[in-house]
This record gives sequence, structure tokens and C-alpha cells, in this order.
Amino acid sequence: MKRTVAALAVGTALLLSACGSSQSLSGNSSDQSGGGGDVVVGSADFTENKVLAEVYAGALRNAGFKATVKPGIGARDIVVKALQDKSLGVVPEYSGNLLNFFDKSNTTSTSEDVYAALKTKVPAGLGVYDKSAAEDKDVLVVTKQTADSGVKSMADLGPKCATLVLGAAGEWPQRWKDKIKELYGCEFKEIKATDAGGPITVDKLKSGETQVANLFTTSSDIAANGFVQLADPKNMYPAQNIVPLVRNDALTDKGKTALNKVSAALTTDKLAALVKRVDVDKETVANVAADFVKQNNL
Amino acid sequence: MFSDLGKYLSDAGTRADIGTDLVDHIYLSLLPLVFGVVVAVPLGWVAHRFGRARGALLGVMNIVYTVPSIALFVIIPVLIGSQILSPVNVIVALTIYTTALLVRPITDALDAVPAHVIAAATAMGFRQWRRFLAVELPLSIPVLAAGMRVGSVSNISLVSVGALIGTGGLGGLFTDGFSRRYLPPIIVGITLTLVLALVVDLLLVALRRALTPWTRVQGVAVQ
Amino acid sequence: MIFADMVTWLTDPSHWTGPGGVPARVAEHLLYCVLAVLAAGLVGVPLGMFVGHTGRGSVLLVGASNVLRALPTLGLVSILYLIAGGGTVPVLLGLVVLAIPPILAGTYAGLQDVDRSVVDAAKGMGMTGRQLLWRVELPNSMPLLMGGVRSSMLQVVATAGVAAFVGLGGLGRPLLDGLRVLDYGQVVSGAVLIALLAVLLDLVLAGAQKLVVPRGLRLIAGTAGRRRTQRRVEEPVQELVTTGGQQETGGTRA
Repeated sequence: MKRTVAALAVGTALLLSACGSSQSLSGNSSDQSGGGGDVVVGSADFTENKVLAEVYAGALRNAGFKATVKPGIGARDIVVKALQDKSLGVVPEYSGNLLNFFDKSNTTSTSEDVYAALKTKVPAGLGVYDKSAAEDKDVLVVTKQTADSGVKSMADLGPKCATLVLGAAGEWPQRWKDKIKELYGCEFKEIKATDAGGPITVDKLKSGETQVANLFTTSSDIAANGFVQLADPKNMYPAQNIVPLVRNDALTDKGKTALNKVSAALTTDKLAALVKRVDVDKETVANVAADFVKQNNL
Repeated sequence: MFSDLGKYLSDAGTRADIGTDLVDHIYLSLLPLVFGVVVAVPLGWVAHRFGRARGALLGVMNIVYTVPSIALFVIIPVLIGSQILSPVNVIVALTIYTTALLVRPITDALDAVPAHVIAAATAMGFRQWRRFLAVELPLSIPVLAAGMRVGSVSNISLVSVGALIGTGGLGGLFTDGFSRRYLPPIIVGITLTLVLALVVDLLLVALRRALTPWTRVQGVAVQ
Repeated sequence: MIFADMVTWLTDPSHWTGPGGVPARVAEHLLYCVLAVLAAGLVGVPLGMFVGHTGRGSVLLVGASNVLRALPTLGLVSILYLIAGGGTVPVLLGLVVLAIPPILAGTYAGLQDVDRSVVDAAKGMGMTGRQLLWRVELPNSMPLLMGGVRSSMLQVVATAGVAAFVGLGGLGRPLLDGLRVLDYGQVVSGAVLIALLAVLLDLVLAGAQKLVVPRGLRLIAGTAGRRRTQRRVEEPVQELVTTGGQQETGGTRA
């Protein structure tokens, strides 16, 4: 059984690569082993991460690497496995979530602590470069009316939660339900599973089906709809600084310098602006990333 | 609306990406069609030949065909030990559907080969295997082709669901368009899916005609 | 091992209570499916009867149901959601749209498939068009009509799962939500529940199919079987598309 499956997989892979090479010969190097200045940048399947991957690739190209992007890799354990089996060289990551992935018992939440802990927890063979000041973290938002009624911080939620419905991605209760009760004494009337900061979460908040929504700080929907972000004085959500996760033998020092320059150039506002150009102005990821690389001489 | 579509398609990078999605879509839907035929023919022969296996086999095929694709896509890795987000899952799942779809008509077609034809072939010295390959199987090509037409349309439409597990060919255009509230990628994805289904259908019809010259000699009634 | 994760997930009592619990999700899924198929039946059966009885519009019907069969369900629910600006109703409407073709085609094919000699006999007995339709054609088309309903139900059970992507509840939720956090136990539990629901609903409808098929038809089913397989080879294409097994009655899958 196993053998048939393996044969099937290999056959498929062969066909795939055959199709791929006949389709696009545009500078894609077939050698992805990391030698000879070739590097593959992976990305998860959402706009911001795709933009970051293109920015990384652009900066690496300018530093003399032959960089290609493999978008939409998806979940974190797959990304890490793909780095380890050398199908990828670099991926843009988020410090807090990455740390939680490597260390399930993590309790740190501030930007510096998370990054310091992350550096010690990354598995052998992999590493992280400089963290950027740019962050994309979870945030609870409410409509302006709700905010005007006196809810401006998660500390204001408390007993009011009993009348409020939260819209958040399906995994939210598992991660935060107990934590928000512990820190802010908040138990929502109901938690509706929506999507990860996407149209459904936003539409349900707009239509009043939910009163609180879990979005991400770089989301262009927040400003577009006049939503108010609730402060998180007790740091329930850990810091999520953008940080390159690399396979150590994939890049030379020149590559490290290039990616550290990217991290230095990025801020949360700039990142949000890049995301807006793709999500709202419907520009392409490649063009938006290329502009950023050019403007910042990366 | 149309100006949006024009703007979306005006970017060369976007067009190249759509091309890649389309190529993925083609192999993700058509490989299973080929694999399905390869698996279904022997199974159909078994069901035709052995009365005992017949009921069980056709029953299992009916149940398998009932399982929704999104469910099958994620159950496959449990059964065969593949990665949960691997394209192999989509290919295996669609192969299973194609097989489930084809076994019954193939069985019926083999059943329906007239006894005098088989007797004639035997009298001409055909052994069992050669007779199957040279006489019985070719006679069931029209049925097989009809089944493949249904299977190809179904596979082409189903591949997109794979976008939810990371391998969806043109389905990626739907998730992209939805998350950005942007209709052009969705419209392009739906249009290309329909066109692809139509083209493959026409090709299968042409293939069947090429492989069954005798049906044309007998007359147009068959078509 | 994913299978063990699934058992762990399914046996955790906390997954069986509240609005996100298994019973609530099953109930939601069932509600969507029954509503969509009922609505589709209200449209599809009369329309199929009209086309089948009068023969008018059959070309359009076959064409339309072929196009709908190739329509990608994920694309359809996404575009409906975006055009309507969100909400559950447009998504449910999408389910209905996908549920209509199999019922329509099943009804039409059922009426077409009624033995011409039977129709002639009824006419010879002096039946009016209306009597012919209700007392001869419709009862005789029940096997294929119900086949259409069955494939329509399968289509909707599957599509409702996919529609969790655009915010619908039901059993697609645990599947997709679990995927995002790589909780494979939950993902596979959702998948297995959807599969079970599909198989069970099909069994129930298969039972209903037996009940509504007139006894006379059931009695001749044995002899008819031989005749039909014979004809299959003579006109294979029409067989599969119009009068084949239930899965081929113009139904899409999702």
C-alpha cells in the first residue's frame, strides 16, 4: 500500500514538474538545493505574508541571489518541514505565533521577551534574523457606536461581555477564551466562528450580528469601516513582530544583511499600506512588493 | 464590472499566475480520470465475471460516490498516510470518484456483449485475455467514453474545492477573490472552469469517435 | 496518528455541547440540506413535469443542467456572498441553485422514459392530458425522479460543507476551523461526520424511493433490468445522461 502511494506521489510529482517547466521557463532555476545562490522564499496563504515573501525575494535578488517565491504554502508545521527538507530557504514569520509553535508552554508576551525566547527555541538548523518593528497582531475591535458607549479597552469589557457576541476565527475559543476570562473577567454571550480577519468577520460586525470582532492590526477594514481597536493593557495577545525564519545553510551573510535591511525598513503602518494596496486597490502582490523594494533601496 | 476585469487581466504577472493555476487544474482533474479508467476496467471485469463479487463491489462503489469531496480530501491522508495538504489527496480522491462512477457502466457494458460475438471470437482462437482486450473491451468503449465525459466534468468542477486544503488549481482564484472582496478573479476562475470542461468534453467525444470507427459505419443512430 | 486524534476529538464531551457542538452542527447541516432540497423540489419538479410532458424547452434544459454540472461550487458560493454583500441567505440560495438541476433532470428523464406503449394505451383509454400526466406519467417516472432527489441531496450535503468557507454553519465548520490550527483530529471528525450524514440521508431517501415507486413498476423491475442493459450499449450516451443510475441524472457533485 505504502509503496503504491509513494509511486503515485512520485509519478504525480514528475508530471507536475514536467508541466511546470513547460509552463514557465522564466528564470526559474531547477536547482533549489540552496547552493550557488539559489533560494526559495515561501509564504502562507494571505495577502500580507505573500507581500512580505515577495519583498524578501526582491531584496535577496538585489543582493545577488537567485530568489524565487513559492506562495500559499499554508500552515506552520508544513512551512517548518519544508524548510528542513530544503524545499524552502526563508519564510516571513510572526514572532509570537512562531514562539508558541516551538514552545507550547510559552508565557512571554512583550516584543523583546518574545524575540529573546524565540531565538533560544528555534530548532537546530533553522534561525531567525533581526525582528522588524512592524507587527501584525490580533486585536479586538468594536463599532464606533459601541466604543462611544464606553468600550475602548479590553479592560472596559468585563461584565459587559455577557451581552456581547464575538466574531472570530474558529480557533479563537481554544486559544483565548480562558485567557480573556482570567485577565479581563470577560465571558462572551456567544463566540461565533467566522474567518481569520476576513470579509465574514467584518460583515457580521457591520450587520450587528456580532458586537466585537477579532481582526489583525494591519487590516485595511479597520480604518475603512471606522472600527475602534480595543487596548490590551494586560498584553493578552503576544507581540507579533515580523521576523525572517531561515534555514541556516540557505543564505550567506550577504543574504542576512539584505533581510535585516528589510526588517529595519518595515513599520506596522508601512506594512498596512502595502496590504491596503493589494486588498483595497486590487494591485498585484508582485508589483506592490517591487515598489517597496525600490523605494527603500533594499 | 468589465473595466475591473480588464484591469485585473492587464497585469502580465497575474496572467502568468492564472496560467499556472489552469495547468495545475488540468492535471489535477485529468490524471484522476486516466487513473480511474485504469482501476475501473479490471474492477468492472471482476464484477462482470464473478457474480458473488458483483453486489458487494457495486454497493461499495455507490457508497463511496456518496461521500462529499471536501470530506474525502481530508480522510484520504488518514487512509494512505499522505500529508494532509498534499496534492496527492486530491488526485487519489478524484480517482476514487472516477472509479466509483465507471465500474457500474463498465460492468453493464461487458454484460451486454452478445453471446454470439464472444462465441465467434472464441471460435477464431482468441484466448480469454486477448478476447477481453481485443473484443469485449473495445465494444464497451462507447459506454466507457460516456462515463468519462460525466467524470471529467465532475472532476473539473471538484478540483476547486481542493483550494480549501491548499491544492485547488483555479480554486485558488476563488479564495483569493473572496478574501479581497474582488470579483474578477472569481469570474475568471468560473469561466475558465466551464471552458475547460467544455473543451475536455469535446475532446472525449472526438476520441471516442476515433476509437470506435464501426459505430460510424453502422449509422448515425448511435450519436 | 490522525485516526487516534479523531477518536480523541469525538469522545471529548465538550465537543458535544453548545452552539458549536456536534449535535448543533449536525442539526444545522441537516436544516440547510432539507430546506435547499425542498425549495429545489418546488421549482424542479413542476418545471421538469412541464418540459417532460410537453417536450418544450428540453434542449435548453439539457444545456443548462450540463453547464450547472461543471459550475465550481466554491466559486458560486463565493460570488453570491460577495454580490449580496454577506449574510446566510445568498449562500443558501446558492445551495438551492445547485440542487435544482438533478431534480429537474430526474423529473424530465423520468417522464421521457415512460414506456410509449403505456402512454398510448392511456390515450387509447380516453385519458385527458392532465389525467395522463398525473395518473400515468408521474407515477411511472418516480424511480428516476427520486433518483434526482437523491443526487440533489448529495450535492447539497457536500456544498453545505464547502460553504463553511463563506461563513455558513454546519459540519463544514469543524473541518475548516480545525484546518487553520492543524487540529487534524477535528478536521477528520468533521469530514467523517459529513460523510456519514451523506450516506445516511441517501439511505433514507433510498427507502423513500421504494415507498413511492408504484408496486407495478417494482414487479417488472427484474425483467426491465435486462432490457435496459441491452439498450445501454445501443445508445450509451443518452443512457448515461438522461436515464442512467441516480448519480448520472444531471447531478453535480461537490
